[in-house]
Amino acid sequence: MSFFARFAQNRGALIGLIILTMIILMAILAPLLYPESPWRMVQRPFLSPMEVDGFVLGTDTMGRDVAAGLMHGAWVSLLIGLVSTAVALIIGVPLGAIAGYYGGLIDDGLMRFTEFFQTIPNFALAIVLVAIMQPSVTSIVLAIAIVSWPPVARLVRAEFMSLRHREYVEAARLVGQTNSTIILRQILPNTLSPIIVLASLMVATAILLESALSFLGLGDPNVMSWGYMIGAARTVIRQAWWLSFFPGIAILLTVLALNLVGEGLDDALNPKLARQRQ
Amino acid sequence: MLYARLITMRLMKAIVVLFLIIIFNFFLIHMAPGDPAAILAGEAGATDKEFLRQLRERFGLDQPIYVQLWHYVSGIATLDFGYSYRQQMPVLDLILQRLPATLLLTGTAFVLSLALGILAGSLAAARVKKVSGSLIMALALLFYATPLFWVALMAVVLFSVYLDWLPAYGMYTVGAGLEGFALVLDVAKHLILPATTLALFFMAIYTRITRASMLEASQQDYVKTARAKGLKDRVIQRRHILRNALLPIITLAGLQAGQMVGGAILTETVFAWPGIGRLMYEALMQRDYNLLLGIFFFSAALVIVFNIVTDLVYRLADPRIKEAS
Repeated sequence: MSFFARFAQNRGALIGLIILTMIILMAILAPLLYPESPWRMVQRPFLSPMEVDGFVLGTDTMGRDVAAGLMHGAWVSLLIGLVSTAVALIIGVPLGAIAGYYGGLIDDGLMRFTEFFQTIPNFALAIVLVAIMQPSVTSIVLAIAIVSWPPVARLVRAEFMSLRHREYVEAARLVGQTNSTIILRQILPNTLSPIIVLASLMVATAILLESALSFLGLGDPNVMSWGYMIGAARTVIRQAWWLSFFPGIAILLTVLALNLVGEGLDDALNPKLARQRQ
Repeated sequence: MLYARLITMRLMKAIVVLFLIIIFNFFLIHMAPGDPAAILAGEAGATDKEFLRQLRERFGLDQPIYVQLWHYVSGIATLDFGYSYRQQMPVLDLILQRLPATLLLTGTAFVLSLALGILAGSLAAARVKKVSGSLIMALALLFYATPLFWVALMAVVLFSVYLDWLPAYGMYTVGAGLEGFALVLDVAKHLILPATTLALFFMAIYTRITRASMLEASQQDYVKTARAKGLKDRVIQRRHILRNALLPIITLAGLQAGQMVGGAILTETVFAWPGIGRLMYEALMQRDYNLLLGIFFFSAALVIVFNIVTDLVYRLADPRIKEAS
């Protein structure tokens, strides 16, 4: 069975992929459909959805178009989710690989370090980091990456530990390949599928984290994000619940879609496990 | 005897972690925008040069960095977390004053999510090929993807604004002057929304792990034996499968405790629950870094305590670990 056929067997994953594609389209089309800045005041504030033509989702407390904010927010959420996951992988994969490959004291030291980061409450650490570094896309990406790399390191370490004594690794050692070649060219490619699955789930978590940070007022003041929209409308929730409702649905759908796709990838990349599970 | 040694070991590890967090905090203060002296004094933004010089002298900031670090660490070791000028109170007092509310909220949410999660998960495992089982899992997936703060806001809209069933914010009715049982009832009423919304996300996690772990346990030989003996299905589910499936759930619960402290920041902010999460939000708004880092330290300490407790519970649940260690 081909990779995609296995993926498509999981109906939820297919639905997730469709939702995700739509959100990516939203992000791409945002600058085309709403070329103006989503921060601009374009109509009277507090328009409810459909009240005025051209403002499908109404306007917020400052007269900004909610639909424009949602579209531009899609871009920000996806970007921060992807980049912070990439940074977390850049930190976690080498640490896990080195710990798992060499073992012994190096492993002990690196794992203590990882455990330390796992003990600290994630969200509190992210808040403190962004507050100290000042809110910006860079500081948010860094903070999310710093709180989310430990599971990557643990996963990669476990994979390396189970693979490092395999015959093909011993063979590579016999031919005189260096440690770094063995790590990068022999073992790492064989650990890719669990890393890909974990990464897709991490993007979802990163988007949730970003929205929570922006909700608390720690978003980049220059970019419109879903979390910011909910946070800004919080005080007027009694008069205009829809201002918080739609961005929340957007976050929910994106995170749900990513989780579904992650599960589908897991089924497709680990067919043996998927069969066992059924 | 063994317990005593175990607890000492865990406590020593905890002290090392807390020590590292103090050092981490120290460097964060120096990374923060503005003069560290102004931050330590809780006066970020002060521009008077002479005043800043005095502050620097007072906090020993004119001394080499290792001396400063020593001052900072020994200060916290004697429970001196500095002073919050914005709130006009020592940081420690502020935190201790707010801690009980957070413990009540997270404790309730923890018990609630664990109980409902295990219940929903075992139902889903028992109905694995049925629609009701899939429905539970779909709901769990939905709750898992829902932003906590958003669900809290929507709960306020639905249950407080439109239905007017439950209070939208605070921990008790202000100015009602309730006492005794009436007060307990009042707090309980205020607790329902925050605790439930905080519990939803974690309930989803426990539901998923319970189902997975029960399905795995149901493949074991002792389950076949029990079935061959002619035991009722319900008895097998409860006595043989669930009991053995509990261990991974406890492990996960210990790990998730830390996330719950983080989640409380959001729930407390939405519901104006007077705990350390709300305090953290206030510190954030006022850029009161001294208070912010103090709360950060305390939340980490809270997580460590949670972890030690789950470790002990784990040992009670599975006596085999004692022999192994």
